[in-house]
Amino acid sequence: MRVSLKWLSEYVDLHLPPEELAQRLTMAGLAVDTVARTGEWGRDVRVAEVVAVTPHPNADRLRLATVDVGGGERHTVVCGAPNVAPGQKVAFATAGAQVRDGHSGKPAVLKPAVIRGVESAGMVLSERELGLSEDHEGILVLPAGAAVGTPLADVLGDVIFELSVTPNRADWLSVLGIAREVAALTGVEVREPSLAYEAAGPPVKGRAKVEIEAPDLCRRYLATVVEGVKLGPSPGWMQERLVALGQRPINNVVDVTNYVMLEIGQPLHAFDYDHIAGHQIIVRRAKDGERFTTLDNEKRALTDDMLVIADARGPVALAGVIGGLESEVTERTVNVLLEAACFAGPNIRRTSTALRARSEASSRFEKGLPPELAATASQRATKLLVEVCGGRALAGAVDVYPRKERAARVEVTRARIAQVLGIDPPTAKVREVLTRLGFTARWVPPDRYVVRVPYWRPDVRIADDVAEEVARIIGYDQIPAAQLAGSVPAPIPQPLRDLRERARDLLAEAGMQEVITYSLTTMELLARVLPKEDLAIDPPYRVVNPVSAEHEYLRPTLRASLLQTLASNLRYQEGAVALFETARVYLRPAIPPLRDGTAARADRPAGEDALPVEREQVCGVVSGRRPDRWGRPSAAPLDFFDAKAYVEDLLHGIGVRAEYVAAVEHGMAPGRTAELRAGGTRIGVLAQVHPDVAAVFGIEQDTYLFDLTLDDLLPHASHRRTMRDVPRFPAVEQDIALIVGRETPADDVRRAIASVALVRDAQVFDVYSGDQVPPGKKSIAFSVAWQADDHTLTDGEVAKAQRKLVERLRREFGAELRGG
Amino acid sequence: MADTVPHLRTEALAALAEAADDAALATWHVRYLGRKEGRLTGVLRGLAQLPVEERRAVGAAANALKAELEAAYEEQREALRRMAVRQALEGGSVDVTLPPRPRARGRLHPVTQTLRQMLDAFRSMGFSIVEGPEVELDYYNFEALRIPADHPARDMWDTLWVDDGTPRPRSLLMRTHTSPAQIRVMEQHQPPIRIVVPGRAYRHEATDTTHEWMMTQVEVLAVDEGLTLAHLKGTLLGVMQRLFGSERRIRLQCSYFPFVEPGAEVAMDCFNCAGTGCATCHQSGWIEMGGAGMVHPEILERMGIDPARYTGFAAGMGLERLAMQLYGVPDMRFFYQNDLRMLQQF
Ligand SMILES: [Zn+2]
Repeated sequence: MRVSLKWLSEYVDLHLPPEELAQRLTMAGLAVDTVARTGEWGRDVRVAEVVAVTPHPNADRLRLATVDVGGGERHTVVCGAPNVAPGQKVAFATAGAQVRDGHSGKPAVLKPAVIRGVESAGMVLSERELGLSEDHEGILVLPAGAAVGTPLADVLGDVIFELSVTPNRADWLSVLGIAREVAALTGVEVREPSLAYEAAGPPVKGRAKVEIEAPDLCRRYLATVVEGVKLGPSPGWMQERLVALGQRPINNVVDVTNYVMLEIGQPLHAFDYDHIAGHQIIVRRAKDGERFTTLDNEKRALTDDMLVIADARGPVALAGVIGGLESEVTERTVNVLLEAACFAGPNIRRTSTALRARSEASSRFEKGLPPELAATASQRATKLLVEVCGGRALAGAVDVYPRKERAARVEVTRARIAQVLGIDPPTAKVREVLTRLGFTARWVPPDRYVVRVPYWRPDVRIADDVAEEVARIIGYDQIPAAQLAGSVPAPIPQPLRDLRERARDLLAEAGMQEVITYSLTTMELLARVLPKEDLAIDPPYRVVNPVSAEHEYLRPTLRASLLQTLASNLRYQEGAVALFETARVYLRPAIPPLRDGTAARADRPAGEDALPVEREQVCGVVSGRRPDRWGRPSAAPLDFFDAKAYVEDLLHGIGVRAEYVAAVEHGMAPGRTAELRAGGTRIGVLAQVHPDVAAVFGIEQDTYLFDLTLDDLLPHASHRRTMRDVPRFPAVEQDIALIVGRETPADDVRRAIASVALVRDAQVFDVYSGDQVPPGKKSIAFSVAWQADDHTLTDGEVAKAQRKLVERLRREFGAELRGG
Repeated sequence: MADTVPHLRTEALAALAEAADDAALATWHVRYLGRKEGRLTGVLRGLAQLPVEERRAVGAAANALKAELEAAYEEQREALRRMAVRQALEGGSVDVTLPPRPRARGRLHPVTQTLRQMLDAFRSMGFSIVEGPEVELDYYNFEALRIPADHPARDMWDTLWVDDGTPRPRSLLMRTHTSPAQIRVMEQHQPPIRIVVPGRAYRHEATDTTHEWMMTQVEVLAVDEGLTLAHLKGTLLGVMQRLFGSERRIRLQCSYFPFVEPGAEVAMDCFNCAGTGCATCHQSGWIEMGGAGMVHPEILERMGIDPARYTGFAAGMGLERLAMQLYGVPDMRFFYQNDLRMLQQF
C-alpha cells in the first residue's frame, strides 16, 4: 500500500516530520518501507501545454512539439514520445534543469542539444526522467486542470510512504485507516470524509432489486443508482491522487470507485444499469461449468464454490474479484448501478487464486471487511459520482443485510493485560489509548474494562487483542526485559540429535570439512548414484512448484550432493579434500507404519502416515593427494584406508565396533567396497566411487565415499567405557607371518589370533603378495602380544601357545607359517 | 708382579682422563673396575695371598681406591654427557619461523557454529532442544497455527508443496518454519515447557544477497505460569548478548503472526555501528532477527493447556542472517555454495 501525505493530511493534521512519522507507524505495526519525496524539481521544470505537434523534418520517429509555458513563452522541442498530442498538459524542463537520464535513470543536467539537425532547448519529460517511476514509454500527461507555468513541484510535490500492511489490518489498506492510526499515535482528531448527498430522484427500491441467495458468502449488499451520468475523464485532483497511489485513471465512474476504495478501503463495482437484465441483482453461487466473460476479455469457466453477481440472464460479475464485460461502464453508459457489498474473505481468496485474478479489490475482501464499511462506502461513492460525473442520485439504497451484526464487545481485566504484557498501565492510560483508537472503553471496578470495538477493527476479538492495542500505542519499548524464573522443565531426550552432533564434532576433529547442501535436487543428479530401476519403482518425493528445476526432488541420498560439491572444489583445490555432511534423506515408507499409542489422538490430523520417512544420514567424500612436510600435495594419493580412518574415528568416538564386509554397491568400484555392519545389521557403506560415476561428476581422480545411517547406528552407539586392568606382568611381543589365500580377509585371521586366551593384542603390520609367496597366496604379518594376567610368561609357554595357534589357523584358514 | 694400589691409582686416573667417549669409558670401566678382569678386582682377589699383617692395610686402601675410581668414573661420564648435549644443540638449531608440519584441518560449517552458539545460550536458560520433520503436514505447518486454508496470512509463507498424488497437492509441504514443532511438543507435554527447535526450513522464494529458499530456523517456545512479553524480551536479549556482546540491545516492534498475540518483529541494535547506521545494517542501526510474540491463547486451549492460567511466548529466527552478521558474510548464498576457500576461514 502506498499513501500520499498530501492526501492523508485531508483527514488528519500531520505535525511530525515524515521520517519520524514513518518510524512511529513502523513501531506500532504499520511498517513504512520507504519514504519517497516527489517534486524536488527546480523552478525550471514547469507545467506546459502542448499547442502543436509537427513531424521532424529529418527523422520519422521523432516529432516537434511546441509548448506554451505561459506569459507568451513558447518553445519548440524535439520529442520522441508516441503519446504526445496537442492540448495535453505536460511537464516541461528548460536547459539547466535537474532531471534524470531516460535510459540510465541517473541524475543529469539538461543541456541544449541539436537532434537530427533541429535545435532543441528543452524537453517534455517522461515519468522516468522525472524520477517518478521507471516508465519511459511516453511522456507524463498531467491532469487537465494543471495551470500552465506553475512549477511542477507545486502540482506533484508530495511525500509517498510505501507500506507493508499485515494481513490482519484491511483497514490500513486505506488512506482513512492510516489517518486513524496517525491520529491515535499523535493525539489528534480525524476528519471523516463527508457522506451526505442530495437525492434527486425516486427511491432506488422501485428501480432495482437485490436478492442474496448465498448469505454465507455475502453478508450485505447495497445498491444505489445514479442516473444521467456524463462519462469522461475524472477531475485533475482525483487523477493526481490515484496516480500518486499507483492507480491508473480510467474514466470518472471507475475512478470514483477506485478513489473510494483507496480512501476508505471498500472495493466497489459500478455496473451499467441498463445492461442489468430486469434491473435485478442476484448474489448466488455459480453453476458448475457456467461460463462468463470478465472485463479483461477472458472467458472463464466457473465452479459452484464461486460467488457471482447475476442478473435475470446470468453472471454480470465475479463477486469481489472482477466485473463482467457486458455490464461494464462504457462511454455510452448513462445510468450507473453502484454495488457496495460485504463478501466472505476466504471464498474471495479461493476464487481469485483459482482464476489467477487477484486484484486490489480481492486482496481487500480476502482479509475480511466489515458490513458497516459497505454502507459508508456506498454513500461516499454515490456522493462523489454525483459530484464528479453529474446526474442525479436516486433516493436511498437497496440494502440487503440478512443478519444484522452488532458491534463487538470485549471484556478485558486489568490483570490480564498485566499477565500478558508484563506491565500494568494505569486505567486512565488504557482508556485514553483505546478511545484514541476509536474504541469505547468503560471501566467497571474493581478490575474490568468493557470495550466496544469500532466496526473497522474486526481483527480485535479477544482480551489479548486489546492488550496488544494498548502495548503498541504506549510503545513496545516500554516493556522491560525480564529474566526467566521458575522451575526448569525436565529435558526432553533427543538421542538421535545428540548422536548426530557428536558425529559432526568427531569428523571435524578428524580433519573433515563440514558442508551444508540443498535438500532438493534433480532426478538427473540422483540417477548418477542410484539405480534407475530403484528410482522408477520408488521415485523420490517431488516438489510440485520448485524454485527452479535444479531443486525439484527431495533427495533420498546425500551422495550426489557431496560428489557435486567435491567436484566443484577440485577445480581449484589440488591437495587432499575431505568433506562431510549430516542431513536428512526422505524415503517412501516401505510398509504403512503402525501408529504408536501416542499418535492415536482423536484431534490428530489424518495423513501423518503420508509423511516421508526422514533418516539422519552422514556422508563423506575423500579425494586428492596427501600433503608433504610443507603442506603441498605429495605424490601419494589418498586411498581407501584414509577414508576408513575417518570412519573409524567416527565409530570409535560413538562407541561402535563395526565389521567391514566386502560387498557390491551401485555406483561403487567392485572389489573396493565394504558394507559396514554393527551387531549383524547394515549401518552403511565405505567404498571407492566407481571411476565411471566419478567421471560423470567431472572427477578424474580416485575418490572414496562413506555413507552411514545414524538411525541404524543409534542402537549400537554408547558412550559408556569400562576400564580394563592395566597389565601387571610384561608382554612378550612376537611377529608371525602367515601365508593364506589371496581372498582371505586379514581381519578374520587377526580376530582369530586375538581370540586366543593368552593373546592380549594382535595387529596386522604388513601384507605381501609376489615372487616370495606361491601364486594365489599372500603373506600377512602380525605382531602379537602374549600376556598372562597372573604371571610373567616363559619362552616355553609362548612357544607352546603359538604352536597351538598356528595349528588352529591352518585348520581354519589353511594358513602356513611363512619360512616355517 | 701384582699392582700396587698407589701405582694403580695414578695409572687409572690418567687413563680415565683420556676416555673421550662412551665406548672408551666402558672399556676403562671393564679394565679397572670390571668384575672379572678388572685390575682393582685383581688386587682385591690377591688379598688372600698376602700376609695377614699387610692384608688389612692393603684391603682398606684398595676399597678406598674402588670408591674413588667409581666416583671419578661417574663424574667423567656426566661431563661427557653434558658435552654431548651441548654439541648436539650447537649443531642442530632450528629456524623457529618455519611453518608447522601440516595437519588436516576440519571445520564445522559457519551456520552450524552459529547455531551451536545460540543453542548453548538457550540451553543455559533451561531450554531443551527438540526437532521435527522437514516435510510437514499442512495441519502442523499452518492449520494448527491458526492459518487455515484461504487465510490471507498464507501469503506470508510462500510454500513449496510436495506431490501427494492428488491433482492439486495441498497436504504435504516443505515446512516453511520450524514452528510446527510447537504444536508437536504441546501435544505431548504439559507446562512448564521450554524448547528450542533448530532445523532446515524452506520457502518458495527468489534468492538474492539476503534471501535463500533453504534456511536454518530456530523456533523458541516457553509456556508456564507468569510468562509475559517482558520475558520474551529478556530471553532474546540474553541470547543475543551471549552471541554479540553484553552491550547489545533488543527492540520489539508490533507485528502480526496468526499464532501469537501480541505479535512482534524483533531487532537487535547493530553491533558494527552500535545503532548509528552503517552498511551492515543498511543505515538503520538495527538488524532484524525474526518474528515473536505471546502464544495465542486459542492455540494453548486447543492443546489442552488452560490459557487463563498459563501464558507462553514464541519466537522464530533465521540463522543465516545472524551468521552473516557474526562473520561478516556479505551474501547469504555463499553459505550453501560450499566453497572450501570460504568455509575453511571459520
Ligand atoms: Zn550498523
